[in-house]
Amino acid sequence: MSLSSLLPALILLSSLLPGLAIFLLREESHRLRTALNLFGAVAKLLLVGLMIWGVFHERVFETRWTLAPGLDLVLHADALSVLFVSLSTVLWLVTTVYAIGYLENTPHRSRFFGFFSLCVTATVGLALAGNLFTFVIFYEMLTLSTYPLVAHKGTPMAVRGARIYLAYTLSGGVLLLIGAVWLRTIAGPLEFVEGGILGGLEGIDPWALRWIFLLLIVGLGVKAALVPLHGWLPQAMVAPAPVSALLHAVAVVKAGAFGIVRVVYDVYGVEFTAALGLLPWLGAVAAVTIIYGSVKALSQDHLKKRLAYSTVSQVSYIALGTAILGPLATIGGVVHLVHQGVMKITLFFAAGNYAENLGVHRISEMDGVGRRMPGTTLAFTVGALGMIGVPPVAGFVSKWYLGLGAVEAGQAAWVVPVLVASSLLNAAYFLPVLYRAWFREPPAAWPAEKPPAGRWEMPGALLWPPVVTAVLALAAGLFAAAPYSPLEWAQLIASREYAS
Amino acid sequence: MLPQEIIFGLTGVGLFVIGLRGVMLHVSALARILAINVCGAGVFLVFVTVAYRGLGERPDPVPLALVLTGIVVAVSATALALALARRLQEGGDE
Amino acid sequence: MNSLLIWPIALPLLGSLGALVWSSRAHLIGVGVGILTLFASSLVALRFAEQGGLEHALGGWEPGLGIALRVDGLAAALLMMSSLVALAAAVYATAYFSDPVKRAVFWPLWMLLVAALHALLLAGDVFNVYVTLELLGLTAVALAALGGSRASLRAALRYLTVGLLGSMAFLAGVALLYAAYGTLDMRGLAGLVRAEPAAWVALTLMTAGLLVKAALFPLHFWLPPTHANAPAPVSAALSALVVKAAFYLVLRLWLDVFDGALTQAAASLLGLLGAAAVLWGSWRALRAERLKLLAAYSTVAQLGYLFLFLPLLLALPPGPGRDAALGGLVLFALTHGFAKSALFLAAGVIQQHAGHDRIADLGGTARALPITTFVLALSGVALIGLPPSGTFLAKWQLMSAAVTTGQWLWLPVVGLGSLLAGAYTFRVLGHAFGPSERAGGVLVGGRQEIPALLLAIVATVVLGLGANGLWGFLSTGVSVTGVSS
Repeated sequence: MSLSSLLPALILLSSLLPGLAIFLLREESHRLRTALNLFGAVAKLLLVGLMIWGVFHERVFETRWTLAPGLDLVLHADALSVLFVSLSTVLWLVTTVYAIGYLENTPHRSRFFGFFSLCVTATVGLALAGNLFTFVIFYEMLTLSTYPLVAHKGTPMAVRGARIYLAYTLSGGVLLLIGAVWLRTIAGPLEFVEGGILGGLEGIDPWALRWIFLLLIVGLGVKAALVPLHGWLPQAMVAPAPVSALLHAVAVVKAGAFGIVRVVYDVYGVEFTAALGLLPWLGAVAAVTIIYGSVKALSQDHLKKRLAYSTVSQVSYIALGTAILGPLATIGGVVHLVHQGVMKITLFFAAGNYAENLGVHRISEMDGVGRRMPGTTLAFTVGALGMIGVPPVAGFVSKWYLGLGAVEAGQAAWVVPVLVASSLLNAAYFLPVLYRAWFREPPAAWPAEKPPAGRWEMPGALLWPPVVTAVLALAAGLFAAAPYSPLEWAQLIASREYAS
Repeated sequence: MLPQEIIFGLTGVGLFVIGLRGVMLHVSALARILAINVCGAGVFLVFVTVAYRGLGERPDPVPLALVLTGIVVAVSATALALALARRLQEGGDE
Repeated sequence: MNSLLIWPIALPLLGSLGALVWSSRAHLIGVGVGILTLFASSLVALRFAEQGGLEHALGGWEPGLGIALRVDGLAAALLMMSSLVALAAAVYATAYFSDPVKRAVFWPLWMLLVAALHALLLAGDVFNVYVTLELLGLTAVALAALGGSRASLRAALRYLTVGLLGSMAFLAGVALLYAAYGTLDMRGLAGLVRAEPAAWVALTLMTAGLLVKAALFPLHFWLPPTHANAPAPVSAALSALVVKAAFYLVLRLWLDVFDGALTQAAASLLGLLGAAAVLWGSWRALRAERLKLLAAYSTVAQLGYLFLFLPLLLALPPGPGRDAALGGLVLFALTHGFAKSALFLAAGVIQQHAGHDRIADLGGTARALPITTFVLALSGVALIGLPPSGTFLAKWQLMSAAVTTGQWLWLPVVGLGSLLAGAYTFRVLGHAFGPSERAGGVLVGGRQEIPALLLAIVATVVLGLGANGLWGFLSTGVSVTGVSS
């Protein structure tokens, strides 16, 4: 039982065990609950740091457990999994702090944090999944652990929203399962290998592979909110702000996008996928989603709904990156996994703060909010500018690489207009919000104002997370060329993908 | 003229079918219970037919033992069924 | 000669007598004998794992005139499950029955049920199967009628009537088999049965009789009222064990005894009926208004899944593929047994707490009983077939076999069945979320909640993560007929 076989399992346990313990806590044990939460998050961070160091130096970490003949649960650390695990871990720590502050004095916190921890366990599990079988297992566990989070408030609307969420994700899960079983049965145990292995296998009917691809992408696309499978996302806005932040930035939507990246790069192999003629279809769906999401965002007055549609649009950049053949596009898509996560979570934290502190839910109510809550609004501004693609915030880097990749692959004719249109639309629905926040006069009274807590505009637990993530978004863009930056990792992943 | 055992066997089958029809068509619990017993009688008759080894020969003891067991089981089952039916009837007609 | 095989049958039989005589201590005898029976079953399973198939000739009379008891992997696995489930339900039952008259009647019947079940699993002779099947049916009816209400009496009488018809058909098949082949011993028959009219008629009669008892669509109509109106521990045993025993016999007959006389068409017919059961049962479960009725319809659906395996097993050539599918089948049966019994026990807790089990009014009760709600969630996960339950692995094997044999129809059936199960599970669980705060601790009643919790954990965690040994266990040694599976 060496470290290299234990480390992936330990990373999972660092949130699973505290989560299970939290379920048994009485509602009043605040200190213990907070301690368990933070202990788990920090422990995970340390373990992941260890893993990053190891993977960079080409060490192999793998945990394997046989569940049935020919079906192994495999946790394996490669460059892509490390990228996603790091994102999840860092953002989990930040969101935990935020959630502790946000949910102060609300009921059922033990239940919330228990499922919260399970949700992160599932996310980390699918990040570290070493084969499609393991991925499917954790994908479904993610569905199960996020349902109680969406339904948390317990109002009829919350339960209804959760039910819609479940209907979509369970259906997607069934399709994913059928595709995975089919593939496993005709092609053998497929472990994720950079460059994919399906291309090298003989004697498999290409039409079967095309149908399987469709099943897998549709199954994953539900969580990744590809149009027309995105219907659950605006409904799930009924969840508390920390949940929305987590779902959109890290867990659910990213899991779907991550799955698409895995299928295209590490199961099929991007060159084989192109040879099967599947890439143009994926690209088309991604492009439609990007435009559709942005257009719908324009017409939303509810801030969280606008951010929801923005997520629909932005996550498809990742799918777009996978749909274009070539390392530069790959880099753009993969790095956007991280960049979009950090930027979007900032925006959702800010939205949560507006609602919590001032009772502001709608954009029309946001006049002059920048004066009242400068820290939050500054973070919001950084996130929004990143979404639009303004340098030096991280979003610019992703779009730049996507554009370059399109040119390199000869696809610039349709990709660049999509990117430009999307940026313009992003500007169209973010800039007015920023204008309102900074340059309009605040109203006489806010809808539901809370008195300022101490020196700062908000309690620290609610203020610092968005500020921290905004700084990270800025840093990811400014220091993109530095070692260990998300961009460096994406370049490493791309080089390993195309090397084979 | 058919051999004796064929007649017996067919009678058994016929009883079984009559009993089956009775269970499916009758409504009252008592009629159904009786129909099931007719079914059972049919099956037992088939068993007896199987035991026949020829005129003057000793019959095969195994099926006869099975018939005895079957009769005992049928009696117990009928007793239980009648008890349940009686209890239902006692509860009043609803 | 392995007299070890006697004990899983003899112990509950003696316990039943004991409970009849010392009725004031009946519950202690019940639980005590349950523990001893579990111990005996474990010994049988362990010895099987070491030595392979075990056999014992009762009274020293060899098969032919005498009756043999035999155990193989399938029987041993089901024996373990039934001992565990029966013990858990027995512990629950000590707290469930408060009326001393009911209590005095329940325990002897309960242990007689367990004895009959174990005798059925260990039987190596076709007529002995008939006797144990009847014993099982009679005790099950008597226990089901303990509910006391008119609805439960009516349901019990219907169960008895329908069950007796099935038994008669089975007995007729036995007669035919003896007439054609001259032996009733299953191992002997397996070598003699050929594809000829006598075998086909016997197979049809026996299968039809067993299908009634296994509640396969469209012969399932007796099950929902019976299971829904029986006392909770009885419903647990009925859904998890009794109907499973009938399916076990179908499997035993099809795979071992009638191996030489089967046709793919017949298997496909059963598969289609199973598919209809999955869809119809899940749909009715979704529309059910009471929790126990939902669980009963869910049993109809889950048994349908078991029948889906049959055409696949027949179409696969002997080898690792077939072994994998057979293991999946057994895993499904085991997981369902644990999950369904947990669900019924939890429903019993809810019913006793709230006075009713209407789903729409479940809210406050669900919040007041967090452990029980958790049990509902865990068993729901197993019924849907989501990881980490054993059902997930079993469904994977089922779908994999469907792809391999080209029987594509079963894939959408399984998918749709899972979605419907998700719908009816979360319809119940949705009520557990409400705006009010929960007062009080986590555990409400130990003897009532812990057995259900343990059963649910076995279904959804233990069997999901630790089931790999099952495949090796099943192929240890030989099956009843001496043919290695």
